[in-house]
Amino acid sequence: MATTIADDLRPMHHPRSWIGKYVWSQDHKVIAIQYGLTAISIGLVALVLSVLMRLQLGFPGAVPAIQPDNYLQFVSMHGMIMVVYLLTALLLGGFGNYLIPLMIGARDMVFPFVNMLSYWFYLLSVLILVTGFFVPGGPTGAGWTLYPPQAISEGTPGHQWGIVTMLVSLAVFVVAFTMGGLNYVTTVLQARTKGMTLMRMPLSVWGIFIASIMGLLAFPALFVAAIMMLLDHLAGTSFFMPAMQSMGQTTATVGGSPILFQHLFWFFGHPEVYIVALPAFGIVSDLISVHARRNIFGYRMMVWAIIIIGGLSFVVWAHHMYVSGMNPYFGFFFAVSTLVIAIPTAIKVYNWLLTLWRGDIHLRVPMLFAIGFIFTFIHGGLTGLFLGNVSVDVPLSDTFFVVAHFHMVMGVSPILVIFGAIYHWYPKITGRMWNDMLGKMHFWITFLGVYAIFLPMHYLGILGVPRRYFALGETAFIPPSVHLANQAITVAALVVFTAQSLFFINMIWSLFRGAKADPNPWGAASLEWQTPDTPPHHGNWGPHLPTVYRWAYDYNVPGAPRDFIPQDEPPS
Amino acid sequence: MPVAIIIAALVLGSIAFHVFSPWWQTPLASNWGSIDSALHITLWICAAAFVSLNLFLAYVVMRYRHRPGNRAHYEPENPRLEKRLIVWTAIGIAGMLAPGLAAWSKYVTVPKSAGIVEAVGQQWQWTFRLPGPDGVLGTAAVKYMTPDNPLGINPSDPFGRDDLLVESSELHLPVGKPVKMMLRSKDVLHDFYVPEFRAKMDLVPGISTYFWLTPTTPGRYEILCAELCGTGHHAMRGTVIVEGAKAYHQWLAQQTSFTQRLALMGPASLSTLLASANACTVPTSRGSL
Repeated sequence: MATTIADDLRPMHHPRSWIGKYVWSQDHKVIAIQYGLTAISIGLVALVLSVLMRLQLGFPGAVPAIQPDNYLQFVSMHGMIMVVYLLTALLLGGFGNYLIPLMIGARDMVFPFVNMLSYWFYLLSVLILVTGFFVPGGPTGAGWTLYPPQAISEGTPGHQWGIVTMLVSLAVFVVAFTMGGLNYVTTVLQARTKGMTLMRMPLSVWGIFIASIMGLLAFPALFVAAIMMLLDHLAGTSFFMPAMQSMGQTTATVGGSPILFQHLFWFFGHPEVYIVALPAFGIVSDLISVHARRNIFGYRMMVWAIIIIGGLSFVVWAHHMYVSGMNPYFGFFFAVSTLVIAIPTAIKVYNWLLTLWRGDIHLRVPMLFAIGFIFTFIHGGLTGLFLGNVSVDVPLSDTFFVVAHFHMVMGVSPILVIFGAIYHWYPKITGRMWNDMLGKMHFWITFLGVYAIFLPMHYLGILGVPRRYFALGETAFIPPSVHLANQAITVAALVVFTAQSLFFINMIWSLFRGAKADPNPWGAASLEWQTPDTPPHHGNWGPHLPTVYRWAYDYNVPGAPRDFIPQDEPPS
Repeated sequence: MPVAIIIAALVLGSIAFHVFSPWWQTPLASNWGSIDSALHITLWICAAAFVSLNLFLAYVVMRYRHRPGNRAHYEPENPRLEKRLIVWTAIGIAGMLAPGLAAWSKYVTVPKSAGIVEAVGQQWQWTFRLPGPDGVLGTAAVKYMTPDNPLGINPSDPFGRDDLLVESSELHLPVGKPVKMMLRSKDVLHDFYVPEFRAKMDLVPGISTYFWLTPTTPGRYEILCAELCGTGHHAMRGTVIVEGAKAYHQWLAQQTSFTQRLALMGPASLSTLLASANACTVPTSRGSL
């Protein structure tokens, strides 16, 4: 077999010390785990915040320490942590780092040092974010959307310092993401092994690849918005600040546009939804195909759907702004573009279902999570059509319907995929198997629990219950049964919260006591399962890179001796 | 098998929840039945997709679950099936988009006969202004705001002199008359939201926004703020009373005009106000961006 430049192991950075191997590591697998553990840790903070919010909504006054200011701070920090610091970081920094080189047959990312810097900037952004809890006035309570003028005006918690730590943290996060994202894109384009054409890549890589490109285009909008708001706040500029009063006093600001911020925010914010969704789409496609022992149905259509969704997601942002006071005629365009995006998204759902159809479905834990995802994603995707359909959005916007919708579609759904993916790749990452019973319990409680949480919320929203309310108080149109629903939702949330300990117990216990894993326990065809070592060593492939002869979905090929053919198996 | 049964049970349970849950839209009290119809059409199309896709999911999980000796069918793609699915999806999307856009085109087209009411938001209360006999609101701006002129009406604008000031959080509207709600914020973003009217719109400092409605059912309705506006957001409430013409005109007669307000001012505050008006004349923005 011919050697290629990529086979030359000399330029690789080989660490000698423990610190070089596990702390200042340039190995994509270690960086992936660093990203993953940091994201999950900060995600746990967001999880606790959500429980505190639910306690206030279900049992108002039961925790006297929760005051209106705290409540809004919990809302804001929960939202931002989940969307940016957990989901984006875990799916791209975590799974992107781990899977891209292994799935495309590379030894590492093309810029290992920049990759390492990316993680450390991410950690820095998380630390800055956390300092928000300790500055005078506490973290920002402006909602995760951080709309000015309130984000930097009197009357909003954290308007002095909390907003500064948030904006600085976001700017640092964008720097971290840019270093990571450039790496993911360049690695996919430049470091694929021999035979790994773009149209042979697993859909996980496609999802992460397109999401990274989108991130590189969308995050700059957030970056400039953050810098501009910092200037408004600290240097007295008026990018987003009109002539206005604050607590009865006329401010010195004049001429700025609050709606400009909303455009910048959602120009980032809507692609962001798909930056989270596309890697999840890709990963779940692979979980379904492997555990159903069937080729992914309509692979080419799946790839094109990912690309089309990625492109369209840049022209739908103002569907978050139908009632923002922007020119109302924009509504026609954005409603059409938003509903058109449902078509490629629906194709993805059909093709997942058609992959299961006539398959040989092994209902292992990763597959259970994938099935759970299909259910929650269908639900969350369909409710998005209500909110995209402009006039239908008018009564529903800013109600609990919105909360229910986005939690189903971009909270619960990608998190179910993340859990499925962790169970799926855990044997490769650690070399150990997890406990099946605990995994199944974790799935069922989480899946049924989240549906119990979010299904009723849709109906509260249709009734008109507004979101971001510390307390509903005495409101004529809200019957007492709503308070009952809020209590039930809170109980369900506490159950789901507690059940997550099953996951952590399982993962930690298995790390030390789990049975030794087979190198390819699921019989998967993609390259990452064909490594010479499990877990893969530094450099991934031993002396020679694998050569790829086929796509990643040769399951149950007629006439083949086994029910799968690895990508690196030559044609007979 | 249990997986398929649970998925199917969740579908049926969701339908049962929809049918038996006590929570649904409040009774409509405005002309926006077209918004409700668009919502119902969207719901029916989405419900059909939800039920059929998930029941299909339950079916395939049961029918094609692993049993010894099973083999999956190898079929990379089926362009005909995929094309058909795309066409059916597009038809469903068009079916809900058409009524949605139709209702929106009504929403953005204010009838010429609409009366004008201005709602002004500030942390955390509502006040209102009516245009008076001339039917035109006087210009207003932050720079004219003084404790005696909290709505910032331009004292040198003749159109503002007859404006009626409603300095309470209770607004009255005549039943059956279209009204254009002009929205203005003194400080941060707010949103004028009456669930029974279905319509809502943000108040944005620096610009004037609007929406319109025709109240159709007399009654007392609560105004909520639907855009996060700080610590007191949940407590920013007001009331709309929809009533017949006679009661409405009685209420109207009790409101103070800006001229009456100026007459009540002391000479000191009056000169402050007039000084602010002469300082410089930047026309306030109208319409929205």
